[in-house]
Amino acid sequence: MPDAVLEIDHVSKRYGDVVALRDMTFDVRAGELFGFVGSNGAGKTTTMRIALGVLAADSGEVRFSGRPITFDNRRRIGYLPEERGLYPKMKVLDQLVYLAELHGLPTNSAHRAAENWIARLGLRDRRGDEVQKLSLGNQQRVQLAAALVHEPAVLILDEPFSGLDPVAVDVMSAVLREQAAAGVPVLFSSHQLDLVERLCDRVGIVRSGQMVACGTVAELRTGGDAQLVVEAPNAPPGWADSLPGVTVDAVHNGQTTLRLAPGTDDQTVLTAALATGPVREFRRHAPSLTELFRNVVSS
Amino acid sequence: MTPTRTVFLVARRELNTRLRTRSFAIGTVVTILVLAGYLLLQASLAEDADRSKVGLSGQATGLAAPLTATAKQLGHTVEVSDVKDPSEGERMVRDGDLDAFVSGTADRLRVTVRSELDENLHKAMNALAQQQVLEAQLLAAEVPNTREILENAARAHVQVDTLERVDPQKDQRLAVALVLIVLLYMSLLLYGTMVAQGVVEEKASRVVEILLATVRPWQLLLGKVIGLGIVGLIQFTLIGVTGLAVALATDVLTIDGAATGALVWGLIWYVLGYFLFATVFASVGSLVSRQEDAQSVLTPITLVVAVAFVLGLSLLTRSADDGVTVVLSLVPPFSPILMPGRIALGVASGWEIALSVILTVTAIAALTWLGGRVYRNAVLRTGSRVRLRDALGV
Repeated sequence: MPDAVLEIDHVSKRYGDVVALRDMTFDVRAGELFGFVGSNGAGKTTTMRIALGVLAADSGEVRFSGRPITFDNRRRIGYLPEERGLYPKMKVLDQLVYLAELHGLPTNSAHRAAENWIARLGLRDRRGDEVQKLSLGNQQRVQLAAALVHEPAVLILDEPFSGLDPVAVDVMSAVLREQAAAGVPVLFSSHQLDLVERLCDRVGIVRSGQMVACGTVAELRTGGDAQLVVEAPNAPPGWADSLPGVTVDAVHNGQTTLRLAPGTDDQTVLTAALATGPVREFRRHAPSLTELFRNVVSS
Repeated sequence: MTPTRTVFLVARRELNTRLRTRSFAIGTVVTILVLAGYLLLQASLAEDADRSKVGLSGQATGLAAPLTATAKQLGHTVEVSDVKDPSEGERMVRDGDLDAFVSGTADRLRVTVRSELDENLHKAMNALAQQQVLEAQLLAAEVPNTREILENAARAHVQVDTLERVDPQKDQRLAVALVLIVLLYMSLLLYGTMVAQGVVEEKASRVVEILLATVRPWQLLLGKVIGLGIVGLIQFTLIGVTGLAVALATDVLTIDGAATGALVWGLIWYVLGYFLFATVFASVGSLVSRQEDAQSVLTPITLVVAVAFVLGLSLLTRSADDGVTVVLSLVPPFSPILMPGRIALGVASGWEIALSVILTVTAIAALTWLGGRVYRNAVLRTGSRVRLRDALGV
């Protein structure tokens, strides 16, 4: 599938007077892990539920492979809802087979797929147990298996990492990477920004129902002002204040963090620093996703 | 994937999970046992009612043969035994070993009973005593053809002309009708509630969100209703067929044809009644997100079913053919209980049955549409209870 792209195109949604989504637009390309970050209530879950057709948008469209998502191609989405849900009294295997069949797999393939994911996610000893008797971590694994059991062409996962222990996080990461490597567009939301930064090809930051930044982490960095970290032990306080286009962000442990306005030459800063005495460290600072997120969300 | 397959999958899940539960097996077995026990009790009571143990002493011992014969004419079985000592006879009556103890001379028979003498036995004894006196006096008067006179007298009887035929099966039919409406009431209530609880369970566990990402609401609803309906039908059939078999085997019922017909109609009306109430149950279930809240929204519906049942019980026993009963048996929500009851009583005419079926099917269509709408609008709204008006979208 060369153009298995999930496109969210100018989707808007309001609940009464509350605007939940305003012109939400982004796409998740084939084989891409897309991290969806934002504060609580920013509109991540609403976007995902609209993509799944569980919720209707007021305007805008969600497309997959260029075609609007309808009831028929929605079956090919694997979905992990924010509020986990399985039949508490149904056995793990029965449950997965049932969900696979509901997504259109014939009975035999459904069984094979269910057994396969049970083995992959280390649930083999638990396959005959009722879901309500499993530990929370194992329930999460079953939930992931439920999202994957019908060999979906798109994955939409709402907070897949929440409540997972470190081992389960590794398992989940590996599964997501593997799905993406197989050409599946993977959209997931998370508050664990370091994880998103490590895992994702691209990141979208939402605020108040709008996409405010979208791209690779490197691209997001270029969008903001460049930052410099300078360590000049003999520099007097306020040494950089008078430099044009430069603002001092922080002074900490003898290190001064500076923000450069666009077009400002960092070499003039270096010259000024050297004028105060020795310079031990002089580097461009690559802000982490967490910092970028804070900047974007608070600005 | 076709909608039919989706509905089939949902229904199959309901069937599999419900039929395997212990409560289904226990519920079915217990109901069958209660019904069978009731029938066996009826059978033994009926048998006892037509049978008496009579002790005879002194001159009365000679009455054994004529007493048995006369009682038999009246449809009563008498088991006679000789008792030597009158006080012994009295003791046996007191202990319940004898139903009656007869002593005295042929023209002055005395019967000792504990409290009441069986009506048939009483008549038989009186007739016997009168016959004895007659015979003795005829013989004393030396009437030549005493035997002939007595035989002629014995042969004489009144001819009864009935203008209106009383259905000899009336009692049996009423029993069948009552058992049937009790079963219908129980099944409709039980499986209706189960539909509602199933809907609430899916909402409470949030699994409905995953399901509705791939299944349309009406498919989920229909599959659930059909699946549980089949479970109920299986249970109803098991109970009905076993009950009927026991009743026929023990001769509590002798109306094979009518009882079987009533059961078949009962099954048909179970299906109609179930579909009438199921979507209503499902839609009110979809209004709440927690099992604890389910009872409060279900109460109005269960009340309606209960009212239909209570009306059925009182109207069918007293005035199954009255205008009010006829009208109520035609219209939902009363028809699924009243009409099969009247059919079992044998008082429903063909057009009444046809009309009630048509009206009920129409109501099913309307309620399914309405219930489906409420369900679709409410099933994904979790949290607090959804107001009916919001769910209807008016």
